[in-house]
Amino acid sequence: MLENAIKGTKNYWLLLMVLAGIAGVGFLVYLNQFSYGLGITGLSRDVTWGFYIAQFTFLVGVAAGGVMLVLPYYLHDYKAFGRITILGEFLAVGAIIMCLLFIVADMGQPIRAMNVIMNATPYSMLFWDFIVLNTYLVLNIVIGWKLLEAERNYVKPPAWVKLLIYFSIPCAFGIHTVTAYLYCGLPGRHFWLTAVLAPRFLASAFAAGPSFLIILCFIVRKFTKFDPGTKAMQTLMKIITYALIANVFFFACELFTAFYSGIPSHIDHIKYLFVGHEGHGVLVPWMWASMILMGLSICLLVVPSIRNDERMMPVLCVMVFIGTWIDKGMGMMAGGFVPNPMHHYNEYVPTLKEIAITLGVWATGFIVLTILYKIAVSIKEEVRA
Amino acid sequence: MEENRRKFLKVAGASAVGLSVAPVMKAHAIGEYFMPASQTGKHENALIGKHWAMVIDISKLTEDINEKITEACHSAHNVPELENKKHEIKWIWEEHFEHAFTDQRNSYIPDSAKHSPVLVLCNHCVNPPCVKACPTKATFKRDDGIVLMDFHRCIGCRFCMAACPYGSRSFNLEDPRNGLEDRKPKNPQFPTRMKGVVEKCNFCAERLAVGQMPLCAEVSEGAIVFGDLEDPESEVRSILAKSFTIRRKPALGTEPSVYYIVGGGDHA
Repeated sequence: MLENAIKGTKNYWLLLMVLAGIAGVGFLVYLNQFSYGLGITGLSRDVTWGFYIAQFTFLVGVAAGGVMLVLPYYLHDYKAFGRITILGEFLAVGAIIMCLLFIVADMGQPIRAMNVIMNATPYSMLFWDFIVLNTYLVLNIVIGWKLLEAERNYVKPPAWVKLLIYFSIPCAFGIHTVTAYLYCGLPGRHFWLTAVLAPRFLASAFAAGPSFLIILCFIVRKFTKFDPGTKAMQTLMKIITYALIANVFFFACELFTAFYSGIPSHIDHIKYLFVGHEGHGVLVPWMWASMILMGLSICLLVVPSIRNDERMMPVLCVMVFIGTWIDKGMGMMAGGFVPNPMHHYNEYVPTLKEIAITLGVWATGFIVLTILYKIAVSIKEEVRA
Repeated sequence: MEENRRKFLKVAGASAVGLSVAPVMKAHAIGEYFMPASQTGKHENALIGKHWAMVIDISKLTEDINEKITEACHSAHNVPELENKKHEIKWIWEEHFEHAFTDQRNSYIPDSAKHSPVLVLCNHCVNPPCVKACPTKATFKRDDGIVLMDFHRCIGCRFCMAACPYGSRSFNLEDPRNGLEDRKPKNPQFPTRMKGVVEKCNFCAERLAVGQMPLCAEVSEGAIVFGDLEDPESEVRSILAKSFTIRRKPALGTEPSVYYIVGGGDHA
C-alpha cells in the first residue's frame, strides 16, 4: 500500500515540496530556539505557555473529532460514514503527530523527554496525557492501516480490529478529557478551574474536528476521483451545529457562574480577554472575532437549507474552525495566565520566530496527512474502478 | 534567635555523633541537597528539622532591607540579572501588600499598608501543587517540608509554574550565565543552572546541611525567623502562638509554610 505514497501527480509532489519547504524553515528556526532557549518566543515568567501549547490543545481536539465519524458508523451502523471513517482516523494520526511535535517544541529540555517515562509519575496529569495521546496515535495507525488493507483485498477486516475500534472510541474522549485535566486541576488559576472545562473542550473538538474534516473532504473531492458523499458531509454539518451550540452554551455557563457569583478572581480573566485591563488588551479584537464567528456560524448552521448547501459548507467550516481555534487556543492560554497570581497584567504576544516554528509543525502534520490521504484515496479509487 | 540556633546546633551535633557513618568533614553542601539532614548526617553541624517554616514580620520590612535580602539571596544562589525583563528569574522579591495578598481586598486600609513592601518567595507548601503537577518528580518535597528542584531531571515543561498559585517559580528562557558577571557564578559553592529548566527558592537547603540558617533570615535584621514548626520549643512556634499571622491564599488548601505577621508584634 505504501507504494501509493510515491506515485502521484505533479500537484501531489508540488504540495509536498511546498509543505517540506515550510517545515524546513520551521526546523531551521527551531535550531535557533534549541541553542538559545525558549527566550526567542514571547513567553515570560508570567505567561509560561503560549502559542505552542495553544496549538497542542486545539489539535488534541481535532484528533478527537475524528470519533464523530467512527462512533455513528460502528455503534449506530450509520452507513453513510462507512467510506470516510478512514479519513477521520488518518486525520487523528496527523493531528496527534502535530500535538507531540508541539509538546517537544515547547519543552525547555527536549533531550530529556523520556524522563516522563523513566520517572513515570502517575499523579501528574502530563504523564497520563502522554500515555493516552500515544495510545490513540498507535490505535489510529493500526486501525486505519488494517481497514485499508482489507478494503484493497476485498476482504473483511480481522475481528480484532473491530475490538480496537471500540476501544478507540472512549480513547478519543479520553485524550481531550485528560488534556482538559491538565488545566482544570490547578488551584489558583481560576479561568481554568472549572468542571465544565473538559465538556467544553469536547464540544469545541466535535465542532472543530469535523469542520476540518469537511474541508479535507472538499479538497479530496476536487483533486481525486473519490467522492466522500454529500450525505455524509451533511450529517457532519449537523454534528458541527450541535457541538458548536454546546460549546457556546458551556461558555455562557462560565460567564453566568463568574459574573453572577461576582467573585473577582473568576471575573478578572474573562474581563481581560474581552474588554482588556488598563490598556492591556491585545486579545480583545481576537476574542470578539471568535465570538462573532461562532455566533454567526450558529445562526447560519441552524438553517438546514444553508448548512446543507454545498457552496456554503466550506465557508461555514472555515468560520467554525477559526472561531474555535481562537477561543480554545489563544484565549485559553492567555486568559489563564493574565492576570498573574500576584494580579499583575503582563501580556503575551507570540514572536515571528515562534510563529515560524508553529507553521513548521503544521506543515509537518500536513505532510503526514497528505501522504496518508493519498494512500487512502488511491486505494479507494482502485477499489471503485 | 541566637538561642534557638545554638539549640539547633546542639541537637545536630548530638545526632551526628550518634551516627556511626564515617564523617565526611569536607562534605559539600550540594552533595546532601536532596536528602534532609537527618538522613545524611554527613555534616556534624547540619540543622535537622521536621517541618521547616518561616515567619516574616511585614512591619519590619523596608525597601532597603528587602533589597538587601534579595541581593544576598540572589548572589548566593547565582540568580542572574537578565536584560530582558520577561526572562527574569526571582527567588525572593518584593511585592506590595495588595499584590502579595490578593484575597485581602479592602479599600479602606491605609495607603501605607496597601503599598507596604512585602517579601514573597516559595511557600514550601505542605500540599504543593507543583509537586503534584511535575511529570518527572524533578520537583519534590523532602521529609522536612522543603520543596526542591532537581535541575538535572527537569524537562522544562513548566507545568509546575502553571500549578503554583503564588507565582514563585521562574523558568530559564535563556542561558542564565548571560546574566552573571563574566558568565561566572558569584558563589562557586552553588551550581548555576542551564537554560530550559525551572528554579525557585530552596529554603537554603544547602546552608541548612552545613549548619547555617537561610541567608534571608540571617541578613533580615530580625524581620525573618526560620525554624522547625513541629518543635513546640522553636522560635517560630512561640511567635506563631503570640502574634496574629496570615498566609498567602490559605483558601486553596496548599498550607504554605511561610507565615506573615501583619501590624507588628512583640517578638524577638
